[in-house]
Amino acid sequence: MSTLLELNNLTLGYDLHPAVHHLSMQIQQGDLMAVIGPNGAGKSTLLKALVGQISPLSGEIVRHSITKEQTAYLPQLSQVDRTFPITVHEMVSLGAWSKTGPFGRLRSKDRRKVQNAIVQLGLEGFEQRLIGSLSGGQMQRVLFARLVVQEAELILLDEPFTGIDSRTSADLLALIHAWHRRGKTVVAVLHDFEQVRQHFPRCLLLSRQAIAVGDTETVMTPPNLQRARKLNEAFDEHADFCAHH
Amino acid sequence: MFEYLIAPFAEFAFMQKALIGCFAIAMSAAPVGVFLMLRRMSLTGDAMAHAILPGAAIGYLVAGLSIEAMTLGGILAGSFVALVAGFVSRLTQVNEDSSLAAFYLISLAAGVLIISASGSQVDLLHVLFGSALALNNEALVLLASISSLTLILLALLFRPLVVECMDRQFLQSVSGLSPLAHMCFLILVVINLVGGFNALGTLMSVGMMILPAALARYWVRTLDSMLLCASLTAVLCSYVGLLLSYHAAWPAGPSIILVLGLCYVASLVLGPQGGIVNKLSRPRHLSA
Repeated sequence: MSTLLELNNLTLGYDLHPAVHHLSMQIQQGDLMAVIGPNGAGKSTLLKALVGQISPLSGEIVRHSITKEQTAYLPQLSQVDRTFPITVHEMVSLGAWSKTGPFGRLRSKDRRKVQNAIVQLGLEGFEQRLIGSLSGGQMQRVLFARLVVQEAELILLDEPFTGIDSRTSADLLALIHAWHRRGKTVVAVLHDFEQVRQHFPRCLLLSRQAIAVGDTETVMTPPNLQRARKLNEAFDEHADFCAHH
Repeated sequence: MFEYLIAPFAEFAFMQKALIGCFAIAMSAAPVGVFLMLRRMSLTGDAMAHAILPGAAIGYLVAGLSIEAMTLGGILAGSFVALVAGFVSRLTQVNEDSSLAAFYLISLAAGVLIISASGSQVDLLHVLFGSALALNNEALVLLASISSLTLILLALLFRPLVVECMDRQFLQSVSGLSPLAHMCFLILVVINLVGGFNALGTLMSVGMMILPAALARYWVRTLDSMLLCASLTAVLCSYVGLLLSYHAAWPAGPSIILVLGLCYVASLVLGPQGGIVNKLSRPRHLSA
């Protein structure tokens, strides 16, 4: 197994306020990793940095055998404007962006991929529906279909199961396992500890800094979880400048 | 019939020019307005319309009633306010709409002051409410150029703009075009407002953007048809508004916007996509 991403002393944040502090870890190819931690622990910020949306305040992200184009990102459902008049088919087709670019048309090969993804996610018959008419679960299926079309090696999921019915959650989890079996790397921000224990062999427990990272059973111990909660509560908005660089 | 509907345009050159100018601005401002509305920036358009005033006023001070000088001034002032508001909100974590509101108010106050300190009330009325019936050839060339440039840029930026509106984080994850799309769009808003103020005035030109877009949403569902519906309505209402202004001797800008406003109210009541009548007349629910 080779190292895909290496985070070296990474500090991320907005407006000088760090959301993630001095994080060093590696993500291996084929990892199925959960990122857990209290609200405001910096989980989503970490994902945004991994996909290249925000730049580090300090430290670095080293991409070893992966490019930014091979990384796919699932935003939180609430970040998508579902009142926008776009159809399911058009939304899923955006997954082929790396092939079409901002101007090009879908080729017949990509058109087939889009149709296959729609079928795979159980969205047949919904192709011409506007996204505004879908339920939360159906909308998440659309976003997963777009991920399928993207065919990325590293897949970053920000709270993929929040506000989703249990049947959709089960289907999407099965898809994540299928990606894992095919050697793809998946990193998901999650809240359901039971789900993490059952389905995600690796885990990062974050509370503005890494509390623990590694195999899930060694990370999710009661002392670690308690420490994560305490650290997050102790966060100071008016802290001095950090002395560790 | 001919006498009422066609003759004013067949007989008078100033009516022909007004019609061509309004058609040009209608065809480009309406699609820009659709995107403004979908980005929930309808009131931003209004703020920007006020922001271009001091630029136009300074242009007027320097060169008199020169289309080129007032247009250039308007574009510079509008772009400046848009950029500064965007920059300040990113620098200070204040919402873009509140910093935009602050800057456009400063800009508007400066504009009114400049005009009233140096010109007459007539000039102020010209800038605020435009003079579609006094468009000359240079103004027509300018309006046609703005319209063409807008349609070409919208076609080129269509996909990034759509994704930027709907799912910005996805766009940021697949390409670096997000800031470019945002900036080009703001520039399109500014040049269309500036183009519009020659014909309709700074206060009315935003109506040509927002009203067609807002009413289109009551008739059609998809983006393509919304863009088409908005443009066609804007063109049609320009024609009806100019006719009305000719026959009733009303000022052209407000007449056009009033016709658009009436169409909006009619759409609000009668439109099949969420109009009031449609909502009230629908049976409670379908059978299972």
